[in-house]
Amino acid sequence: MESIAQLLRLIPKYDKLPGMAQAIIPVLVSCIVIFALLALAVLFLVWMERKVSAHIQDRLGPMYVGGWHGWAQTIADALKLLLKEDIVPAATDKLLFKMAPFIVFLGAFAAFVVVPFGASSFVTDLNIGVLYIVAVGSLSVIGIIMAGWASNNKYSLYGGMRAAAQIISYEIPSAIAIMTVIIPVGSLSMVDIVNAQKGGIQHWFLFRNPFIFLAFIVYFVASLAEVNRTPFDIPEAESELVAGYHTEYSGMRFAFFFLAEYANMFLVASVATTLFLGGWTQVLPSSIAHQFIPGPILFFLKALLLIFIQMWLRWSLPRLRVDQLMYLSWKVLLPISLVLVLGVGWLAVYW
Amino acid sequence: MTPQEIAALLVDRFGSRILECKPDEVNPWSVVEPAAILEVSQFLRADDRTSMDHLELLGGIDYKDRIEVVYILYSMKQHHRYTLKCRLPREAPAIHTVESVWGVANWHEREAYDMFGIVFEGHSDMRRILCPDDWEGYPLRKDYKYPKSYRDMPV
Amino acid sequence: MEVDFSGDVMTLNMGPQHPSTHGVLRLELKTDGEIVAEAIPHIGYLHRCFEKHVENVDYPGVIPYTDRMDYCAAMNMELGYVLTVEKLMGIQVNNRVRCIRIIMAELDRIASHLIAAGTYGNDIGSFTPFLWCFRDRETILDLFEETCGARLLYNYNWIGGLMFDFKPGFEKKVIEFIDYFEPQVDNLNRILSDNFIFVKRTATVGIMSPEVAINYGVTGPNLRGSGVKFDVRKDEPYLGYQDIDFEVAVGKGEHGPIGSCWDRYMVRIREVKESCKIIRQTVAQLTPGDVRESIPKRVKPPAGEVYMRTECPRGELGYYIVSDGGLKPYRLKVKSPCFTVMSAFQEVSRGSMIADVVAILGSFDIVLGEIDR
Repeated sequence: MESIAQLLRLIPKYDKLPGMAQAIIPVLVSCIVIFALLALAVLFLVWMERKVSAHIQDRLGPMYVGGWHGWAQTIADALKLLLKEDIVPAATDKLLFKMAPFIVFLGAFAAFVVVPFGASSFVTDLNIGVLYIVAVGSLSVIGIIMAGWASNNKYSLYGGMRAAAQIISYEIPSAIAIMTVIIPVGSLSMVDIVNAQKGGIQHWFLFRNPFIFLAFIVYFVASLAEVNRTPFDIPEAESELVAGYHTEYSGMRFAFFFLAEYANMFLVASVATTLFLGGWTQVLPSSIAHQFIPGPILFFLKALLLIFIQMWLRWSLPRLRVDQLMYLSWKVLLPISLVLVLGVGWLAVYW
Repeated sequence: MTPQEIAALLVDRFGSRILECKPDEVNPWSVVEPAAILEVSQFLRADDRTSMDHLELLGGIDYKDRIEVVYILYSMKQHHRYTLKCRLPREAPAIHTVESVWGVANWHEREAYDMFGIVFEGHSDMRRILCPDDWEGYPLRKDYKYPKSYRDMPV
Repeated sequence: MEVDFSGDVMTLNMGPQHPSTHGVLRLELKTDGEIVAEAIPHIGYLHRCFEKHVENVDYPGVIPYTDRMDYCAAMNMELGYVLTVEKLMGIQVNNRVRCIRIIMAELDRIASHLIAAGTYGNDIGSFTPFLWCFRDRETILDLFEETCGARLLYNYNWIGGLMFDFKPGFEKKVIEFIDYFEPQVDNLNRILSDNFIFVKRTATVGIMSPEVAINYGVTGPNLRGSGVKFDVRKDEPYLGYQDIDFEVAVGKGEHGPIGSCWDRYMVRIREVKESCKIIRQTVAQLTPGDVRESIPKRVKPPAGEVYMRTECPRGELGYYIVSDGGLKPYRLKVKSPCFTVMSAFQEVSRGSMIADVVAILGSFDIVLGEIDR
């Protein structure tokens, strides 16, 4: 954000604006930049999902739209969804119905303001960065319950409550797994966490500490459940029996839910990259080479690797049943993550 | 057991309630008095020599002067098959259910009721299975008249 | 399972239009929270009065109607009907017809089990095996199309013979396909059958004991999944199956109690491998001949009745024909295996959870065309 603020000062007569405006405008511009980058990333991710799923299923995926391997397919789909009729069912709670997709998207988008994409490429460096991400990430639950309630459909409500239960249950092991990273660093700031991993792959938290390696696995599994991806996609596949919470949505509102899912995927991959894979820092040990790939690009590549694994799992594994899901969260992941925190704490004291 | 032996066993046990036996046909059968069908079924299932534990088919046939209910029985242990028939009058055909002997008879009897109008006494759920619940007429009877409309929809 | 249904019982409808009910089936679920007190199936949405139609067409004209009962395994439907009429008329077919009938029936069995496995994976949430199964099934359908011109509804088995002979080189293509396909079954096992999540979802669910199965007249893979070793091809062989060496796949309860959904599903996968064996042996037994040599000019069976059953992919298919000596059947009754297995559904799914109802229904592998006729 500092760089944007500096850029803005280049605009003539910028200094003449009142102080309040000078404080707010860089923030707004940064958020718009982040939103634009996020939209582009989601566009790319949707296309990637379709290609990855197609090749796993022994077929080709989008091939025509835009020429080379259908890269413009998502743009075409987004246009189509924009042009659809905006159906708001008559008996719904109109205000909540319209607000729900935005709140779900908000939960994903708001967390991006603290994710450091590069050495100075971040909107702001909050000193409680990690706590902020965990807190804001729970906002989407409100949106889901709103969507389920406002649809005036008992099956949507049922589906929405289940989705909320799932997300809330899995936030606990994921937050505890994050704690294992905070203990060696001693700070909640995302930038500090990345800086503690500078210098190459041997400094990444993933490889520094066996407890943190296991914590990464716990976090990855818990985050799959947060974003409702298979094997935890009970809310989406409620169409097995009852409708999911976003059944009554169509057109652009549905596109927002869809966008929010991929934004969430990108968010958890970014957070995992920052905490465990060294963020934007280099892969090769610094004794061999300096960082020649720019920070943001390296960050994006690492996040993309994690997202690829998420997609791979989605198209290979069947779905867990609701009670098995809850069992996994409360009786398997939670005890494991508590033991890991203890382990990291013990290592930190005695080493 | 051969079909002849089964026919002889049935006549031996139930006497005059077995009306006719034709064990030498391609598909050997015996005609049983309708009132005796439950007893005969229970006997054939429980007896160790026959042990007919598999009801393969239960269907109705509409002859011009009567409606027949056909039971094709098979034994998984002994690998032999036998057919029982019951002859019922065309107006108000009724017979006791064999649901308690073979659970599969439940649905087969519902279908026979749906298609022929045979009422199975003692059945737990005597209603139509394939046609809608408020359909009129019994489709597989030979004198069935196709309805012109159903609930104001032309058929 | 001991459950006390004193709470409010809610009625939920898995309506006729539903992605997971394998056709137009309505399941009325009476649920108490997560547990299903009763799951009552309502059928009849696909009823096309097959038994009434065939009383108005002559015997050869019935064959296309039989195709449309179980459209996923049409060759076996035709085979059952044609064998029944031939039994009534006393027609013997030559060796070439016999071998080709077996090859086509077993290829159709493989195709049908691939659909069963793929759609079952889909219901449980694994989307990829569905496409892999259908990719392999495409080759089988191409083979069928080459021989009789149709991919799904063939009208190929005629009374006394077949519609067309194999094209030259067909046997080689069949063997090539079997050689390609047998390793693919291992692939499928790796991604789906032995998958930990799939096993957890299916191996403790939908337990059908052998007593319940026999009481409800269940046959085919559903019965064999409960451990009962019973196959019409071994028990009352037709078409020379007694001379072919193959095993009857039976559920052994490797991952849970015998008679679970996983056992029934696994029996189908093992049967596919056995079908490959049968096809190889039958192709070796092929002799040249005329496939239309025993077809009678007019099909006029003597007066009488006959019952004959064959092993179709979904169980034991029985045809009961009453003939009055004329050109049209007086009464043709079909005993469809899916009809009997659906009558057991209420018993098997009592006390399971809502998500398990879908798993149990998928493991029964029903086709509504056959249930409703």
